[in-house]
Amino acid sequence: MTYQLPPLLPALPELILAAGAMVLLMLGAFRGEKSTPLVNCLAIILLVIAALVVAWMPGDKLSTFGGSFVVDDFARFLKILSFAGSAAAILMSLTFLAAEKQQKFEFAILILLATTGMGMMISAADLIALYLGLELMSLSLYVVAASNRDSLRSTEAGLKYFVLGGLSSGMLLYGASLIYGTTGTVSFSGIAQASTQGGLGLVFGLVFLFAGFCFKVSAVPFHMWTPDVYEGAPTPVTAFFAAAPKVAGIAMFVRATVTAFPGIVTEWQQIVVFVSIASMALGAFAAIGQRNIKRLMAYSSIGHMGFALVGLAAATTGDLRAQAVQGVLVYIAIYLTMTLGVFACILSMRRPKGMVEEISDLAGLARTKPAMAFLLAMLLFSMAGIPPLAGFFAKFYVFLAAIKAGLFTLAVIGVVTSVIGAYYYLLIVKVMYFDEPAPAFAPMPNEQVAVLAVTGIFNVLFFLYPAPLLDAATLAAKSLF
Amino acid sequence: MILSALFFYLFASICVASAFMVIAARNPVHSVLYLILAFVNAAGLFLLLGAEFLAMILVVVYVGAVAVLFLFVVMMLDVDFAELRQGFLQYLPIGGLVGIVFLAEILLVVGAWNIGPGIPNLVAAPIPASVTNTEAIGLVLYTRYLYFFQAAGLVLLVAMVGAIVLTLRHKENVKRQVIANQIARSKATAIEIRNVRPGQGLQG
Repeated sequence: MTYQLPPLLPALPELILAAGAMVLLMLGAFRGEKSTPLVNCLAIILLVIAALVVAWMPGDKLSTFGGSFVVDDFARFLKILSFAGSAAAILMSLTFLAAEKQQKFEFAILILLATTGMGMMISAADLIALYLGLELMSLSLYVVAASNRDSLRSTEAGLKYFVLGGLSSGMLLYGASLIYGTTGTVSFSGIAQASTQGGLGLVFGLVFLFAGFCFKVSAVPFHMWTPDVYEGAPTPVTAFFAAAPKVAGIAMFVRATVTAFPGIVTEWQQIVVFVSIASMALGAFAAIGQRNIKRLMAYSSIGHMGFALVGLAAATTGDLRAQAVQGVLVYIAIYLTMTLGVFACILSMRRPKGMVEEISDLAGLARTKPAMAFLLAMLLFSMAGIPPLAGFFAKFYVFLAAIKAGLFTLAVIGVVTSVIGAYYYLLIVKVMYFDEPAPAFAPMPNEQVAVLAVTGIFNVLFFLYPAPLLDAATLAAKSLF
Repeated sequence: MILSALFFYLFASICVASAFMVIAARNPVHSVLYLILAFVNAAGLFLLLGAEFLAMILVVVYVGAVAVLFLFVVMMLDVDFAELRQGFLQYLPIGGLVGIVFLAEILLVVGAWNIGPGIPNLVAAPIPASVTNTEAIGLVLYTRYLYFFQAAGLVLLVAMVGAIVLTLRHKENVKRQVIANQIARSKATAIEIRNVRPGQGLQG
């Protein structure tokens, strides 16, 4: 019996990342801790190469491993985003970890492996591939959350994330088994065929599957872990958590929902609408009382996931679907830049005594560091959705899709919560510009300056030339249908 | 037919009951023993399905290795489980309520379960008639499901790296065996000849 190896080209970026991570592991194991700078540098190079390979990959839709692994424009778009997010996270961690004496070569390697998992999640076209990619990503995340093992808060964050993540994986698997039980297949296209007949078991499975998905993108009511983990984990890890894994989570959510369950649209639409309203509301209200900026960013990211899911809720029928998914993609891309920019600032909040994390520590930043204060203010305005910054367009496209789909209540609630949410973003701006200056921060490391400058300028000038991102998102959204 | 149905209910009910006892038992060692009972019954269910290989793997790997390891860990760690359990009763009413609602829903779903026509024919990788089930797994595991196999391997790699990252500590001032140095010792560095007088030790 002869056996033909399936084509490996579609999975080349993941293969590069996985093989590269193992080589770097060897390098670190043999050369010890002194190889850390080299490993970090090579890890960033590997991520850039993988992103270039994704961009270069020919053809419209490649599929391999018996259809479990798909590369289409949707996957390309999101993979480039998540690889870029991971690379930026490693870049921003360099100075912090060196200053805090938490350097470990395994950190970059675990991020590489997590990114491999993200690539697998984004490309997954059946439930098993999806679960394996998800588990690869999550397991690496649990470890990096606890990576500062001498700190009680960091280990608590890691343990909490691990236990709750294990529970959510269990729910996801239970849902997948119910879906397999009713449809007889795990592939998304097969489930789509069988789902036209509907069935209570399928809906039941869907609910569990969504519980798992919501946990991974930290949407309400599965958000409880987010503030504690964001606050407890070392700040570069928080920056990483808020960026790339969210991209992969949304990718998995969108692909699984629109390709596997077109037959039971009304059922999943209800759930997505509820989750999205609850996340937007919690993100808006719970963040108001926060004093710690990492905790605030946790609630802010919960809210942003709610806004992104507004687009998914609108992706129900006909041509509207592509437009709604395009809204989600634009949203997640702009969210990534905003988050990375804000975390570049948070990672620069260093006084001679060490890192500070309170919002009050930003007081009078406009006088001590005007450029940083200006860009941070712009990013916060963008997060609040104030025109003409990028964040406004992000919200504009998802709400436009919701209105076209007739989800007026959802769109109105979204706009209201975004106005409420603007309060706490503007509060930070007020603290920076109008309060008495606190002692100045240490000079900003070059990597942070680079990330902040790129993301800040992108957010400010996006309205001048939005075409490239919008076109890429349109192509990506169309490739799903 | 009736016999296999009887055995199914026997294995299934013991499995569920012992799974409940895993979380209900007061003594953690008993919990692990109930876990083993659950595994063995699950293996029995696999046998009824005609999957002998999986049944044996379950017994060998889970009962033989994993559960015994659990037992070691539970006995070595001094965890006060009674203390961990303190809030348990406090949350019981609401937890029990959620559980009952959930049970009712599951019964509703399973009661209305109908497997669509043609679904049994959808099997992605049907077992060829001429081979045993062990051979059938071997035929697809490294070929058709190569991707899943490798991905699972990567997950295990992360687990290993993670365990080392989180627990390995390089201790200072620990004498380590360096075989090269041991072998490279010459007679001059290794042996010292002293003239020991009768009735006196080496002191002084």
